[in-house]
Amino acid sequence: MTKTTMTVNGKSVSAATEGRTLLSAYLRDGLGLTGTHIGCDTSQCGACVVHVDGLAVKSCSVFAQDIEGADVKTIEGMANADGSLSVLQQAFQDHHGLQCGFCTPGMVMSSAALLAENPNPTEHQVRDYLEGNLCRCTGYHNIVKAVMAASDQAVPAE
Amino acid sequence: MPKDGGIGASTKRREDIRFLTGKGRYTDDINLRGQAYAYFLRSEVAHGRINHIDTKTAAAMPGVLTILTGDDFVAMGGNPAGWLIHSRNGDPMKEPKRPVLAHGKVRHVGDAYAVVIAETYQQARDAAACIDADITDLPAVVDMARALSDSTNLVHDEIGTNQCFDWGWIEDNRAAVDAAFATAPHITTLQLINNRLTPNAMEPRASLGDFDPGTGDYKLYTTSQNPHLHRLLIAAFVMGMPENKLTVIAPDVGGGFGSKIYHYGEEAAVLQAAKLLNRPVKWVAERSESFLSDAHGRDHVTKIELATTKDGEFLALRTETMANVGAYLSNFSTATPTFLHGTVMAGPYKTPLIYVNVKTVFTNTAPVDAYRGAGRPEATYSLERVIDKCARELGIDQAEIRRKNLLTPDQFPYQTPVGLVYDTGNYQATLDKLTDIADLAGFEARRATSAKNGKLRGLGLSTWVEACGIAPSNLVGVLGARVGLFDAATVRVNATGNISVMTGAHSHGQGHETVFAQIVADRLGIPAESVDIVHGDTSKIPFGMGSYGSRSLSVAGSAMTKAVDKIIAKGKKIAAHMLEASENDIEFKDGSFSVAGTDKAKTFGEIAFSAYVPHNYPLETLEPGLEETAFYDPANFTYPAGAYACEVELDPDTGHVTIASFACADDFGNVMNPMIVNGQVHGGVGQGIGQALLENTTYDENGQLLTGSFMDYAMPRASDVPYYTVDHSCNTPCTHNPLGAKGCGEAGAIGSPPAVVNAVIDALHRAGHSHVTHIDMPVSPARVWAAMNQA
Repeated sequence: MTKTTMTVNGKSVSAATEGRTLLSAYLRDGLGLTGTHIGCDTSQCGACVVHVDGLAVKSCSVFAQDIEGADVKTIEGMANADGSLSVLQQAFQDHHGLQCGFCTPGMVMSSAALLAENPNPTEHQVRDYLEGNLCRCTGYHNIVKAVMAASDQAVPAE
Repeated sequence: MPKDGGIGASTKRREDIRFLTGKGRYTDDINLRGQAYAYFLRSEVAHGRINHIDTKTAAAMPGVLTILTGDDFVAMGGNPAGWLIHSRNGDPMKEPKRPVLAHGKVRHVGDAYAVVIAETYQQARDAAACIDADITDLPAVVDMARALSDSTNLVHDEIGTNQCFDWGWIEDNRAAVDAAFATAPHITTLQLINNRLTPNAMEPRASLGDFDPGTGDYKLYTTSQNPHLHRLLIAAFVMGMPENKLTVIAPDVGGGFGSKIYHYGEEAAVLQAAKLLNRPVKWVAERSESFLSDAHGRDHVTKIELATTKDGEFLALRTETMANVGAYLSNFSTATPTFLHGTVMAGPYKTPLIYVNVKTVFTNTAPVDAYRGAGRPEATYSLERVIDKCARELGIDQAEIRRKNLLTPDQFPYQTPVGLVYDTGNYQATLDKLTDIADLAGFEARRATSAKNGKLRGLGLSTWVEACGIAPSNLVGVLGARVGLFDAATVRVNATGNISVMTGAHSHGQGHETVFAQIVADRLGIPAESVDIVHGDTSKIPFGMGSYGSRSLSVAGSAMTKAVDKIIAKGKKIAAHMLEASENDIEFKDGSFSVAGTDKAKTFGEIAFSAYVPHNYPLETLEPGLEETAFYDPANFTYPAGAYACEVELDPDTGHVTIASFACADDFGNVMNPMIVNGQVHGGVGQGIGQALLENTTYDENGQLLTGSFMDYAMPRASDVPYYTVDHSCNTPCTHNPLGAKGCGEAGAIGSPPAVVNAVIDALHRAGHSHVTHIDMPVSPARVWAAMNQA
């Protein structure tokens, strides 16, 4: 076991890791940040997406030791400083962009990365960008709506 | 207009805050002090005889605490089927034991036969790789037709057959149906497959077992849609312990869609291991295990025949279905292809004569059970596809053939020939609404535009009805149900006037914490913020049958409503005493108890306080406190119905199908929260499109699962679906529950697959491929291309 240190949600943290410890396990088991979810074992579902040095990354596809010293942001670090929901999080609530909540952290992290890259994506671009994030509850309608609304764009009435 | 937070308001969901900030608490997020970890070793062959399992090397591996095999659970009971079905000849169904861990034989790839408990999950996994199991391969029984004719290769040797039962519904109708076919002017026949699906809730199954040696109490945290049902199955049937020694907690659950209704062996195993080791034991499925061991859905092979007049009037309907139950009976696996399938075969139509035959088949595949819609999607798909084919054969428009045969509003209540009584509906209204919202009149223009772009456009319709909130208990008991189908709620008013509502329904995405609070607050005339909904913990809730079959609102919501009415009735007695008036003169409105015709009144809060500080209180005649429990057993099913339209664009060069639009006009009865209802429809339609175009759980002839990961099993992604158009304004409230609610959770998954496939066939026909009468789901590019190019 090795002690691995990085910055997570603005704080320097460390936890013991094995060589095979994935970033997802480091966050959940090492740091107790259980907002990052594990929905598959083949890096397909996207429930575990976090930001590593500003980029959206499936945390199940990275060994913790390989990103020693990185700046990581998880769903726990997405709210505003006063604890209120960010514009994107609020849009997910306003537009019912989540049901069971399990895919939600990954959806929010991926969508945030999209909007950072492209502040005014088209509906097609949103759907395309979220290809790596599976949701079984919403049929994606309200997720796409939430991302469009968060970037101040037109959405269907219902 | 609805009050903010009351019935009919699109109140934003309170549970979203925790889910959006990473503070949800799913089973895998819970860790107990001293917890050990379980890893299940699963069969790599579909069918095999277990000769010997050598655990010596594995047991000596670092961190290993114990290893259990099927031998360790022989004394325990089996996981039962919830419904006893009888064959046409009166014989009871075959019901082989489903043990906690496989014993004697393994019966499907993924059948767990040993479990390693170790200090860490990785240690348990590493040790499991060192277990040496001597298992003799046996020929796998995979194909249903072959399974039925095979008397030597048996999934369960002790029952002497691979058939579970041969069910006729309604057997007494059979002769009349056959006679109608013998003289029918036109008969349309269709052979189809309802493809096998993997539910794939995004949260994999997980269980954490705990045992208290001081009290002998067990506690199980598990991914359940119905914690009380889990407690009953584990305590009474499998482990044989008093029910009051087991608490089952289903905390936040990441989707279910049926797959988390059932009790699975892993749950009993972690409880038993926790007791043996005197330590909590946790198991979390990897997705690969979910594909192998979660109950799958659908998997019917059906021949359906529709007898009509030359102008398309339905005279009789007849179906023969083989339904796969997999290697073991799961809890609802015998009800799904029978009473949730045969009974809805009338659809929204006035077909006078119907006969349904279903043979259920054991195979060396994972158990098959209810998946969103459960039996009703299978019935609706068969019916809506054969109607589509019939209309083409007779040269009748798709909407017209439906309109001609739909029940009319004056026919309700309507006794179907398959045993149900539809209480209310207006199927013309939803079809009219669909015509409007889907702009069916504009289809030709859109088709011309698609054609200019080199695409074939097609339009598919589906008009359907389903049966939800299964009931009443005494009737389903006669039909073979081994449980009641009521629900319960306790409304606890605290001294300071806020309220906890304990409900037997379980929310795993449906937003109960929000919508149930709306219902209670509306009835009591108090802010919804004063009401908390408590669910998912058998130690806190009186009883409950959980959430499935679109039953939460119509059944558990009705129980809650009854309990609130009891609170109001008691409140009136307290108010009468405090206001020195007769109880009959007390009126309750908008959160205030008042004496009719006077300005004398007490607020709900004052009454609650008086109930707990009973200084001015009729103690001689009334108990203190303000807490009421109600059980509600529905008098009938509810019958949500709708009309759906799908437009597809098909690329003739590749066979690739794109959903161009999808519109739904639904009748859910009274709607509590339109935003949540829309979301339920979106999700169901997304799953239906997945079934129609993408998803297919596939085994090879040796019983190896070919679709064991998200790389092989095509889940619908955001780019596979469009924005949907949904409407639920054509409401005919349910006539027999206090909310007038029918349920909305499964509708989308029931109504959508035939609309998609009908649209694909339509696109091909309009392009001159009139020889293509059917393509089985999933309608993949390869299948479409092959159909277009067949000789």
